[in-house]
This record gives sequence, C-alpha cells and structure tokens, in this order.
Amino acid sequence: MSEPSASPEVLIKAEGLIKTFAKKNSEPFTAVAGIDFEVRRGEVFGFLGPNGAGKSTTMRMIGCVSPVGGGRLSLFGLDPNTRGPEIRARLGVVPQEDSLDLEMRVRDNLHVYGRYFGLPRPVIRERAQRLLEFVQLADRAEDKVEPLSGGMKRRLTIARALINDPEILILDEPTTGLDPQARHVVWDRLYRLKQQGTTLILTTHYMDEAEQLCDRLVVMDKGRIAAEGAPRELIERYATREVLELRFPLGEQEQAAEKLAGLGSRLELLPDRVLVYADDGDAVLSEARGRGLEPLTALVRRSTLEDVFLYLTGRTLVD
Amino acid sequence: MTEMTVTSPTLLDAQATERSRRVPGGLVLSWRQFEFWLVLFRRTWRGTVLTAVFGPVMYLTAMGVGLGTLVDQNRSLPGGVSYLSFIAPGVLAATAMQNGIFEGSFNVLGSLKWHGNYWAAVNTPQRPQDVMLGTAMQGLMRIFAMSVVFFGSMAGFGTVHSAWGLLALPASLLTGAVFLFGMMAYSVTIDTDQPLNVVFRFVMMPLFLFSGTFFPWQQLPAWMHPVAFATPLWHGVELSRELTLGTPDAGSVLIHLGYLFAALALVYWLARRNFRARLYLDR
Repeated sequence: MSEPSASPEVLIKAEGLIKTFAKKNSEPFTAVAGIDFEVRRGEVFGFLGPNGAGKSTTMRMIGCVSPVGGGRLSLFGLDPNTRGPEIRARLGVVPQEDSLDLEMRVRDNLHVYGRYFGLPRPVIRERAQRLLEFVQLADRAEDKVEPLSGGMKRRLTIARALINDPEILILDEPTTGLDPQARHVVWDRLYRLKQQGTTLILTTHYMDEAEQLCDRLVVMDKGRIAAEGAPRELIERYATREVLELRFPLGEQEQAAEKLAGLGSRLELLPDRVLVYADDGDAVLSEARGRGLEPLTALVRRSTLEDVFLYLTGRTLVD
Repeated sequence: MTEMTVTSPTLLDAQATERSRRVPGGLVLSWRQFEFWLVLFRRTWRGTVLTAVFGPVMYLTAMGVGLGTLVDQNRSLPGGVSYLSFIAPGVLAATAMQNGIFEGSFNVLGSLKWHGNYWAAVNTPQRPQDVMLGTAMQGLMRIFAMSVVFFGSMAGFGTVHSAWGLLALPASLLTGAVFLFGMMAYSVTIDTDQPLNVVFRFVMMPLFLFSGTFFPWQQLPAWMHPVAFATPLWHGVELSRELTLGTPDAGSVLIHLGYLFAALALVYWLARRNFRARLYLDR
C-alpha cells in the first residue's frame, strides 16, 4: 500500500492481465489475452470495443468479482485475488444489468446496499437523500423500483454505487439500452462526478460516449488492446482530420472505388458506402466529381473514434 | 438542485466512510447479509406466521385425532404409544426438512435470477461465503421458528412425554439445516425453477412418506431398510421421536447425531464451494 507512487497517483495497474474460461467439450475460451493499462486518480478511463472484446470480463476482474486468471492486477496497491472485500469497500460498481430489487422501494434499495458496507443508518439516510437528488430521483424515493423507466433505474443504480463514497466508480456500458434523452441525463451526471474529481472507469461501444467522457481510453478487440490514448490523440494518430462518406447505386461501388484510387490518404470499403480519409473532404469530393463520379449521397464529417476502430480492426464497432 | 454535490459534507459522514473501508472479520459480513433478509421478512411476516400456526394444528388434528383413532384400535405401535404421539415428532422433523428445502430453493434462485440481490451484494465487501451464510441464517431462523410453533402444538396435544422432548427442537433445527445447506448448494447451480419441482416431487415427497414419519420403518420391505438408514430425514425422525417419547438411547442418539453432523459438514462445504463458483466466475 505504501509503494512510492508517481504523481498523478496510479490507482489501478494491470500487466499482462489474462482471463480464460474453461468450456465443456471444447478449447478454453480466452476472454482477455494479456493486457496492460494504468488508471490514475481523478481521470475518466474508458474501455472501448465491440461486444465480446473482453471489456466486461476486464471490468469484473477490476471489480474483484472474477478472479484474475493470469498476469498481474492491483488496485490501490492491493491484490484482488486476496484482498477483494477491502478493495470493493472502496469501489462503486454500476453493472451492466442493474440488479436492483424491483419489489423494493427506491430508498430501500439504497438502504440495504449501504448496510452491506456497514454504514450507520443515519448516514445512509442522509446520503440516500443527497444521492437521489443528485440523480434526480428524490420525488420517487418512496415508489417501488418496478415502474421506473430504464433511464431512472440506471440512475438509481449509479446513486446506489455512490452510497459508500467510492474512490473509483466502475460503469459497465452505462447507457446501453437507454433512449437518447435518458443517455444525455446519465452523461450529464457522470460529467458532474468527473468534475468533482471522482475517478471513473467505463466500458462502452458508443463512440460519442467515449469521446465526450473519457480522458484516456483503450480500444479493445478480441481480448487485446489495439490502441491507447486520449480520444483526440487516437484520432490524430490513426485517422485524418475529415472523412468523406460516399454512397453509390447498388453494384457500382466497386468501379467507383477504382476511380477513387489515389484520392485522400486512405480508402475504406464498407458494404454500403466508401470512406475516403482526407484532411480536406470537400476538396476530395470535387476531385471525385471531376473524375466523373456521381455518388447518390456525399457527406463530409470529422473523424471519430469509430474511424480509429475501423482502421485498427477492419470492422465497425456495432455490428 | 443541479448544484448538488456527492462529496461528503460532514465529519460524521467522513468517519463513516473511513470505518466502512475496514472490512470486519468473523461473522459480521454474514450478519449483514442476514440483515438484508430481515428487511424482506418485515414485509411478509404476517402470512408466514399464520401458516406456521394453523398448519400444524390442522395437521395434528386430522392425522392424530382423526386417523389416529382408527390406528389406535389395533394398538400395534412399538411401545404401545398413541398414533398421535408416534407421528408428531416425525412430522416435526419432516416439517423441518420441508422448510429447509423451501428456504434453500426460491430464496437462492430468486436472488440470482429475479431480484438481483446476490449480484448487487458481491460488488460490496460481501464474499460468496457471506452471501451463502447470511441467506442460510434466515433459513435457519425460519426453520427454528416453525419448529417452535409446531412443538408448542405438539405439547398442547399432549405428545411430549418427557423433558428430553425439549431437545427435539435443536434436533429438528439440525435436520432442517442439512436440507437447507444441501438445497442451497444445488439451487445456486441452476437457472430455472423447473428442477426445483422435480426435487419437491421426487426427493422431498418420498422422504416425507418413507422415512418412518407416519409408520414404523420396520413395516417397510427389508430391501428398503438400508435406503431409509441412508437418508438424513430418517435419522432426524428417529432422533426426534426418541426425545419426545422420553426414550433416548445413548448409542442410537450418538449415531443419529454423528450422521447428521457429518452430512451437515458435507453440504455446508458444497454450498460454500458452489456459491463461490457461481458468484465469482459465472458472469
């Protein structure tokens, strides 16, 4: 615990982290295949990747609910395999499935959870009120959980995860399954937590979520880390400033792509469109028209993390 | 309202956080899990108490007074005891088994599949063994409470013939515990309630009927005797009966106790192992 720590303080450190699941009648499945990362106090750290990339498995190892399968992992300088309860006492976890008790009242869900940490009742009462106000559910405190909307349930799960005043808040796909409005409310609350200095770790397969919230992130694919850095950094490193998206009539994409050769710094053929990576999309578009191409639609946009992911893996994120 | 912060505002609050960071030893964590179940129990206790009181009274009236009148005309029970006195301790033990099986089934499956409380608990300092033991504590509490109520009715019907009889209470708790932990060890491995019905029908019912509860085990065909001897309920029933009839024999009491405690150790170990496998690895 008293390791000399460089500033800013490293809270989580993983080296060659592995997780393998034994499977009946087949080869063991490697969900996490040796990853390295560090999370520092006060930052928002993201794991980005498609379903099955190993994000959730990594989160469960960080949350000390799945034993480390190989390599090394430490939180607060402690070993999760032997000091799980102590580490969990300092974490707040928002799992992918809310795991709320639907038949209990909103306030009682916070109460029973707080008791697991041994918090005194008056402290829980005061915190529950404060946290329910924070997640904008104070007026539903006495209602049962069942009728709440998906967004409300997720916010309640966030409030519950904060009841022990955690040093790190872990969120596994915090906005998956929520409608756009509900997602924005969650983002807004997470952004406030970030501003108050809470360390956040989140997984997502939404580009915009990662770009908006994360200070640093790793892109995961098939159990490995494909890239690591700040969102803007990654875009600068792996993509051009702009992307030109072109759609062509059915069957004409191949020929069009041949004509596009040499334009921009790179071409990417997707099933339904062609992406041209260039620093000036409009210039490329007029050049393409000059070569006699008539796309059905043409769109110039800024590069996103989606483009980074596509470049690194050759696949889109949400298949 | 939007200016709300979530940082701790007071010294008291900060101290509470500080204390919550220290993870207690012993059974404190299990006790916290037990507390969770008490919160639930506060919602449903009325119904539970009603069933607990009326069930045994109806049972003893129908079986003992109704059916027993016919049986007693033959005066064929060992030791010449009344049929009511014969079955009452058997039903005491068998009810403990039944409560153990019930308490070890839906509570566990529901916590995994419907209520999510186990998945919530493992994100706190709770360990799988605390979750397991805390759940078991509430099961034991119910088994014991139901046994006390039943024992009260038994005494009311005049079927407790000796002060030894009081020891039938811990004996039935022990019997119930074997089935409780055993059932928990199983329930934590399943995903639907289908297999539970199979257990109720093809394990619990036969045990209930053929463990010497309603008739002396000697009446069973000889080939079934070893089967009866191998079931924990038979030992529970025999033990309970020796105690309430006031005829405990040191040798057989020790055998029954030894068997039940050995079985308890085994199912406790299984439950602990299976809870860990499920709650720490499966998801």
